[in-house]
Amino acid sequence: MKVLTIALNTFKEAIRDRILYLILFISIFFIVFSKVLSMMTVGDELKVIKDVGLASISLFGVFMAILIGTNLVYKEIDKRTIYTLLSKPIHRYEFLLGKFLGLNITLLVMIIIMSIVFFGLILLHNSKFEAKFLIAILLIYIELAIITAISILFSSFTTPILSSVFTFSLFLIGHFSKNFKFFIMKTKAPIGKLLIKILYYILPNLEKFNIKTEVVHNLPIKSDFVIYSLVYGIFYALAILFLSALIFHKRDFI
Amino acid sequence: MNALEIRELYKSFKTGFIPRKKEILKGISLSVKKGNIYGYLGPNGAGKTTTIKTILGLIFPDKGEIKIFGKNHLDIKAKQKIGFLPENPYFYDYLTAYEFLNFYARLSNSNRKDNSKKINDLLNLVGLSAHSNLQLRKFSRGMLQRIGIAQALISDPELVILDEPLSGLDPIGRKEIRDVILRLRNEGKTIFFSSHILQDIEMICDQVGIIINGKIISEGRLEDLISEEILYTEVTVSGVAEKELRNFGETVISKGGKILLKIYKQEKIDDIIAFIVSKKGKIHSLIPRTYTLEDIFLGAVKRK
Repeated sequence: MKVLTIALNTFKEAIRDRILYLILFISIFFIVFSKVLSMMTVGDELKVIKDVGLASISLFGVFMAILIGTNLVYKEIDKRTIYTLLSKPIHRYEFLLGKFLGLNITLLVMIIIMSIVFFGLILLHNSKFEAKFLIAILLIYIELAIITAISILFSSFTTPILSSVFTFSLFLIGHFSKNFKFFIMKTKAPIGKLLIKILYYILPNLEKFNIKTEVVHNLPIKSDFVIYSLVYGIFYALAILFLSALIFHKRDFI
Repeated sequence: MNALEIRELYKSFKTGFIPRKKEILKGISLSVKKGNIYGYLGPNGAGKTTTIKTILGLIFPDKGEIKIFGKNHLDIKAKQKIGFLPENPYFYDYLTAYEFLNFYARLSNSNRKDNSKKINDLLNLVGLSAHSNLQLRKFSRGMLQRIGIAQALISDPELVILDEPLSGLDPIGRKEIRDVILRLRNEGKTIFFSSHILQDIEMICDQVGIIINGKIISEGRLEDLISEEILYTEVTVSGVAEKELRNFGETVISKGGKILLKIYKQEKIDDIIAFIVSKKGKIHSLIPRTYTLEDIFLGAVKRK
């Protein structure tokens, strides 16, 4: 109940952010612009719309997650609203959980708006609705939840700019984590091998949430892959939240 | 049982690029009796806010014990009994006064049903009922302080902790907040508030603790701290030459024909009155000065 109260207040605060709307506007611009790009393409026009559309939802979603994730926790500390909040009979983890939930509600609303534009464009083009796009967008959303959790983790001990940089770096690394397997193969020293292996398991594997290619090019999607990704994503986000709560629990609010 | 009991509280912070340990609290002990107004007095930087933040569990002490109505201060049940107003509060300025109080009411575990009645009562108490639908961004400093107090009272706490509630307010605002504090005591609540302004504390407190440099240098009931003993008497006279008064006491200022004298010996008072009358001079005022909180405070600051 208290978590939900904090979540709703966070949502109220997040949707007041003008930069969030700017990102939303740009993302919609790109989704619509894909129509123009498609007209200049030889071959399957629809593929370009799908490809650019999904990529826009994914990329700008990440920007949104980093923006609000790194700002809203830090702002409570910086503006000292956290003093009155934590003096109420609530646990510190309830505060973090509420923030996380509120940010995810905000992202959900943003994703829904972008998706409506995206599906609208597809329907205009060939008037056919494909459910597999919903699965692709759901996976994008789970990835955003992880990004949000990571940005909360960083903003529980550092400033918004630094935590944005860290979070974005992890986002990039997360999409190349397959390469770690290659490193492990190539590394000869056993200690180095072990270290890279540990890193591989600790860092998020965000490619698990990327089925854009499969969806756009009508390749088969394995249902167990999707389920595995969902479970992995939820547990990864929870683990990061747990870590943030540990840091938050012992922190002095000077 | 005491409302608040602090035993041997120590806290240090590490600051700077090369961390250096800085001791802020050096063994604070104090106890606040139930139903009293406790004034926590100290100059800026003495450790008042640090003490308060430690009580609230915003920072953790290195050593020491804090009990709220006999319970450990980090216990959720103990927290339920506390209402807190921070120094220079910033609140969610996009909320209206009503939404703001509703948010904290929900966090405070109070019964959902009577929230709206409670909020309206509190808005009444702090004199903001007319502004319940106004966003906090449009509030003045004094109004923010009052809505802050309402926020502290939302869970009907038994112990109200206010950090510098009177600073930055105009005289009318100060009086309003003082009245609210006195009304709370009449309702049986315990109030702990910090201030660096003596008059605030002298006017309304039952108990006083003076903190300087992270240590309590004096604590007790206000009556016990300030005695009735007359230290000196200030006399303002005119129509007499300053030279002639030197025997009676020390001249503080002489301006526009009026002379202000400090007389330390009681028996000299009658002498000076007789002398002025005989010289056909005029006595404008005669004020006996007792030992005040200010003397204790300034004496302590000087000793440090």
